[in-house]
Amino acid sequence: MRRTVAEAGAGLRSGEVTAAGLLEEVLAQASTTEAQLHAYLTIDREGALQAAAQADAELRSGNDLGPLHGIPVALKDNMVTRGVETTAASQILAGYVPPYDATVVSRLRSAGAVIVGKTNLDEFAMGSSTENSAYGTSYNPWDTTRVPGGSSGGSAAAVAAGSALAALGSDTGGSIRQPASLCGVVGMKPTYGTVSRYGLIAFASSLDQIGPLTKTVEDSALVLSVIWGHDPLEATSYPGELDDPGSRVGAGVEGLRVGVVEELSGDGYEPEVETAVGEMVERLSESGAEIVEVSLPSFEYALSAYYLIAPAEASANLARFDGIRYGLRVAGDTAEEMMAATRGQGFGPEPTRRILLGTYALSAGYYDAFYGQAQRVRSAIQEDFADAYRRVDVLVSPTSPTVAFPAGARTDDPLAMYLSDICTIPSNLSGHPAISVPIGLDTQGLPIGFQVMAPALGEVTMYQVAAEVERLAGFEQSPVLEKMAS
Amino acid sequence: MPIDIDIEHVARLARLELTPEELDGYKTQLGVILEHAARVQGLETGAAGESAHPLQLTNRYREDETTPSLDRDDVLARAPEAENGYFVAPPALEIE
Repeated sequence: MRRTVAEAGAGLRSGEVTAAGLLEEVLAQASTTEAQLHAYLTIDREGALQAAAQADAELRSGNDLGPLHGIPVALKDNMVTRGVETTAASQILAGYVPPYDATVVSRLRSAGAVIVGKTNLDEFAMGSSTENSAYGTSYNPWDTTRVPGGSSGGSAAAVAAGSALAALGSDTGGSIRQPASLCGVVGMKPTYGTVSRYGLIAFASSLDQIGPLTKTVEDSALVLSVIWGHDPLEATSYPGELDDPGSRVGAGVEGLRVGVVEELSGDGYEPEVETAVGEMVERLSESGAEIVEVSLPSFEYALSAYYLIAPAEASANLARFDGIRYGLRVAGDTAEEMMAATRGQGFGPEPTRRILLGTYALSAGYYDAFYGQAQRVRSAIQEDFADAYRRVDVLVSPTSPTVAFPAGARTDDPLAMYLSDICTIPSNLSGHPAISVPIGLDTQGLPIGFQVMAPALGEVTMYQVAAEVERLAGFEQSPVLEKMAS
Repeated sequence: MPIDIDIEHVARLARLELTPEELDGYKTQLGVILEHAARVQGLETGAAGESAHPLQLTNRYREDETTPSLDRDDVLARAPEAENGYFVAPPALEIE
């Protein structure tokens, strides 16, 4: 297993390694894996070298900035970085160099993290495979003919391949957890409002949430502890105190009640995924957890509601790309002609599809039947979750119904692609935290992910259970890229 | 039942200039997706309201304090066209 954030942090403090040395390892790894994976859109070598040198100097002078000090971290390219090109994998933002840092980026910098570069994604985070990137697909380190998942596929592939020790992604319908599952890493979506969205290029504002992708559960909690907390620049930011999310990692699951979601199984789920998840539930029981079968009937409507709410919000958010203030402009005689030409040319097929879908769902005469009803379904899902959490402490399921699928397999069928997120979407609609933990490989050698969901602000218990899942699985393999080269 | 969409109207509302072939393709795909999405109408939601934020937050006013903002020239430098401290865009109104 490659170095974890916690191990690297210990090494930095014992003098076994330097931040410059860690960065060198990561850059060397990227230089051998990028040709096959295309996890990064931009590697900021110069900025990273400077940050690493500064991190080393600070540590030498005794100024320890905490768990991410000197750690090489990658950022999904929908988080703005001052002075470093940020495109959200769209042509409409080609060449855009932001004048400011997202709050998560400022927090990482203040914590001494070394930002390696910007990772690939589906355009504007819309997709489940990174195949919607305007700059080319990323590939899965476990099998480079397959997708890494998405939309944070570049971040997941980079962490799996060791070209970053940790990464940030964003999760609107599963975009951190599903690629984490497909790439055999840990991916976590925090409670809505706990991590600032300021400087995250908005897709669906009531669902979007930034979170960590890491090798281990412990690392995940370390990264979260740095990036979360109240931000006055963000209107939905949670103003309360937040506990140390990893405080019960290693405490076991004795006496905890674990709910198995009945609706997240059956048709469309690969047998090997279901078997692996079922075996893990049994092992949790052997570890002292009480297993409870739970039904959340409204989950049946979650995907439909999501594909109305997310595009509706996207159609409003993406209105800002108008060819006036930043990004692409295609000439036109009037403002309207210029905007339509710019947007027609600048947006790829998936954002275009979703803008059209959202515009339709919000348009006069259809609003109540589609968007209004979808919002009421959302309330019903929140009520079902609330009922379930009266009986259990966490809920578990597969993260993805399938392992990584071959590149191109779902690109012609948007609905089949959307079904990739069937297990992850409910937690976005409810705003609750959820995590994917790798629990093993299937017979083709592809990772399987296990999802742990918790109620709002239930991160401590979520990580407690996730850490036990990780311990029981003993999943320590890393992909060996050389063998995959074709 | 496939849903019939006036795709040209929707594209106009969304300020998207698309070719007739592209419009045809999107019309078909949107019909399929909306047919699936229309399943939301199958759930009896009763008195449930519409909701967005999972935490019960109440609106608060921030202190009315002046803080640094982005530098104007720095921002305008990112614009496709700028002049004398303004963004430049084609006319929004027709002049006779």
